[in-house]
Amino acid sequence: MAEATTELLTTADGRPLKAALAAAQARAKRRAFLLVLPLLLFVLFTFLIPIGYMLKRSFEHDGFASSAPALVAWFEANPDFDPANPPEEAYAALVQDLARMQTERTTGIAGTRINYSVPGSISLFKKGAREAANLTPPFKESLVALDADWARPALWRGMESASHVYTAEFYKVASDMKLTDSGWARGQDKERIYLYLFAKTFFVSALITVICLLLAFPVAHLLATLPMAKSSLLMILVLLPFWTSLLVRTTSWIALLQEQGVVNNLLVGLGLLSNDGRLTMMYNMTGTIVAMTHVLLPFMILPLYSVMRVIPPSYARAARSLGATSWTTFRRVYLPQTLPGIAAGSLLVFILAVGYYITPALVGGADGQLISNLIAFHMSKSNWSLAAAIAGMLLASILLLYWLYDRLIGIDRLKFG
Amino acid sequence: MKKTLILTTALISLGFAANADVTVMSWGGAYGAAQTEAHVKPWMAATGNATIMVDSDNPAPAIKAMVEAGNVTVDVASVEYADAIRLCDEGILEPIDVASLPPAPDGTPATEDFLPGAITECGVSTDIWSNVFAYDASKFTGDNVPKTAADFFDLEKFPGKRGLRKGAKAVLEFALLGDGVPPSEVYEVLNTPEGVDRAFAKLDTIKGNVVWWEAGAQPPQLLADGEVVMTTAYNGRIFNAAMTEGKPFVIVWDGQIYENEMYVVPKGAPNKDLAMDFIRYATSTEGLRAQAQQISYGPARKSSFAEPIIFKDGKTVMAPHLPTAPENLGNALETSSDFWVDHDAELNERFQAWLAR
Repeated sequence: MAEATTELLTTADGRPLKAALAAAQARAKRRAFLLVLPLLLFVLFTFLIPIGYMLKRSFEHDGFASSAPALVAWFEANPDFDPANPPEEAYAALVQDLARMQTERTTGIAGTRINYSVPGSISLFKKGAREAANLTPPFKESLVALDADWARPALWRGMESASHVYTAEFYKVASDMKLTDSGWARGQDKERIYLYLFAKTFFVSALITVICLLLAFPVAHLLATLPMAKSSLLMILVLLPFWTSLLVRTTSWIALLQEQGVVNNLLVGLGLLSNDGRLTMMYNMTGTIVAMTHVLLPFMILPLYSVMRVIPPSYARAARSLGATSWTTFRRVYLPQTLPGIAAGSLLVFILAVGYYITPALVGGADGQLISNLIAFHMSKSNWSLAAAIAGMLLASILLLYWLYDRLIGIDRLKFG
Repeated sequence: MKKTLILTTALISLGFAANADVTVMSWGGAYGAAQTEAHVKPWMAATGNATIMVDSDNPAPAIKAMVEAGNVTVDVASVEYADAIRLCDEGILEPIDVASLPPAPDGTPATEDFLPGAITECGVSTDIWSNVFAYDASKFTGDNVPKTAADFFDLEKFPGKRGLRKGAKAVLEFALLGDGVPPSEVYEVLNTPEGVDRAFAKLDTIKGNVVWWEAGAQPPQLLADGEVVMTTAYNGRIFNAAMTEGKPFVIVWDGQIYENEMYVVPKGAPNKDLAMDFIRYATSTEGLRAQAQQISYGPARKSSFAEPIIFKDGKTVMAPHLPTAPENLGNALETSSDFWVDHDAELNERFQAWLAR
C-alpha cells in the first residue's frame, strides 16, 4: 500500500501521468479555442470593430482641424482668448486659413463642420474663402466688413471647439444643447427633440413589452399544456408570421388599418362608423404600437413556452389538493416558476423595440417616430458623427438597463429555452 | 500556389469586366425610367458602352459615403441642386469642363444656351423640376376648386386630408407662400427666427390633417387611394399618373417651388472619362429634349425648345406642363441652394421637433 503511493503514477508508455494529463487538457483547450475561433473572428470583425469605430466617430471630426492649421495653432497658444473680442492675430490666422481652404478646396468640409454647431457657417466660409486673397490688414475690420457674422462670439466658440479633432460636441447636440454667444446652453423648447424622443422610445418600448407579455402568456400556456397534435398546430400559427418577412407583415398592417383600409371599410359597411368618422389607426403612434407588438410577439412567446413546458403539472395539482384556490395556485406556484421566461422575453422584446427602425419609419407618420428614425435621418444627411453620438447614447442606456436588470433580477435567471 | 495565382487572376479580370460598365445612379420610379429611356439607352446604342442604371432614394448621401470610404462604384449621379453645390465644396465631385459641353445646333455656346445657374462647377442640369400641389378632380368640382397655395391651407373651404413631404425643404417655403408672402421675399422672411415661427404656425393650422410622404412615388398613390384630397408632389409624378394611368389629378401651379436637377461625377469614379462623355451626351440639346418627352420636367437649354416637345404618347404638347412655362411661373419660387446649404441641418432638426409633438 505504502509502496504504491510513493511510486510515481505513469501512463502505459511510461510518461508521468500528471504531464500526460496536462498535455491532454491543453490539447482539448486548443481544440475548443479553434472551434470557437471562426465565431470569435466573425464577432470581432462584424460587431466589435464596427461598434468601436462608431463610438470613435461620435467623438472625432477633423473637418475643421485639418483644414485650418494656422487657427488651430493660434487656439492652442491662446486657450483663454475672449470669444467676444478675438485679437487681430486670430483674424490674421483665420484669413490665412480661408485662403488655404480656397486653394485646397476644403471650404465645404470646414464650413460643414462649423455648421453643425453654428448654422449659417457654410456660406459664410464660402464667401470668406472666395475673398480671402483680396483682404488687406487689419483683417478684423476687412472680414467684418465682408460679413458681420465673422465677429459673432458663437462662431469663435464653435471654431475653437472644432479645432480639436476629439470633441464631446456631438453628445451636447444630441442632448438638446445649443451653442450660443455665451457658450453651450439648453436649446429653446421648440427646438428640443433628442431627449424627448429618447424618453418616448423607452416608454413605447416598455408599453409594447407589457402588451406582448399580456398577449403571449395565455398563448404560451396553451402551447405548453395542449396535447402534442394540437400544440404543434398552434406552434405553426405562432411561427408562420415569425418566418414571414418583416416588411410584408408591416405593409399588411397598413392595408388593414389605413383610413380606406379593411378594418375601416368593414366598420363603415356594418354601419358602426360614418364615412367621415373613419378611425385614424395608421401613420401615428397607434399604428407603430400595433405593428411592433405583432412583429415582436414571437420573441415573447418562445422563451415563455420553453420555460412553461418543463413546469411539472403535478405542482399545481399538489397546491390545489392542499386547498389553494386556483388564483392562489397561479400566483404562488405557477407564476414564480415562469419568471425566468418572463424575464428573458421581456428583455428580448424591450431591447429589440428600443432599436426598432423600419416599422416606425413605415407606419409611424408624424408622431410615431422613435429615436432610431432620427439616427437614420442624420445618416441620410451624412452627419455621421451626430448619428454615432445618438447611437452611442442609445447603446449606453441599454447597457445601463442591462446592468440594472442584472442587479435586480440576476442575469443567471434568464432562460431562453 | 499556381492554383491561387490562376484563381486571383480570374477574380481580378472578373472585377475589371464588371468595372467596364458605366453606372448611373438616379431616383428610380417614373423619373429614373425617363432618364433610362432618354439618356442611358440611346447613349449605349450610340457608343456601344455597357451602361446600367441603379436606383436610390437619394443619390447624394450614397455617393458621399462611397467617396469617403474610397470605394466608388458609381460614375454618374443625378442629385439635387443644393447637393451638387455642397458636395462640390466638400471635394466629393469631379469638376466639369464647361468648355467641352456641346453647343446648341445653331452654334450658340453651351454657357449661353443654358439658363442662368444651370451649369455649376461640378454639375450640369438635366432638367428643371418643381414641387407643386395637386388635387383629385373627382373630389372638388365646378368653381369650388383649389387655385392658390393659400387654398391648400384652407380646411374650411376644402375639407379633407393633405399630403406633404416629410422634411423642411420646400415645405416651409410653401407654408409662407400659402400665408401670402410674395416669392421674392420668402427667403428673406425665412432667414429670421420670426419667419421660421411664422412658417411653422401656418403648418400648425393643418397639422392634424396631414399625411406625410417621403418617396416621390407616394403622393400619386395617396391621391389614388383617397387617403388625401390634395397633396404636394413632384410635378412629373403627377403628370405621369394623369397621362399614363388616366387619373383625374390636377396640378395647381400657384406657389410652385422649382429647381435644377444636376448630373455629377463623384471623385474617383471608375470610368471618369466615359462619365463625362455621358453627361455631354445627356445634356446636349437633343438629350434634354428627349428627357422632356418622357416626363414633364423642363430642359434647362433654350435651344431644346426650338421645336415643340411632344410627350411619348405622340400627341400631348409638353410646354404647358413644364415648370418653366410662362403661364406657370406667375407665383413661383426658385429654391435657394445657398439658403438650404446653410440651414438644412438646423431647420430639419426643428422640423423633426415640431413633428414629434
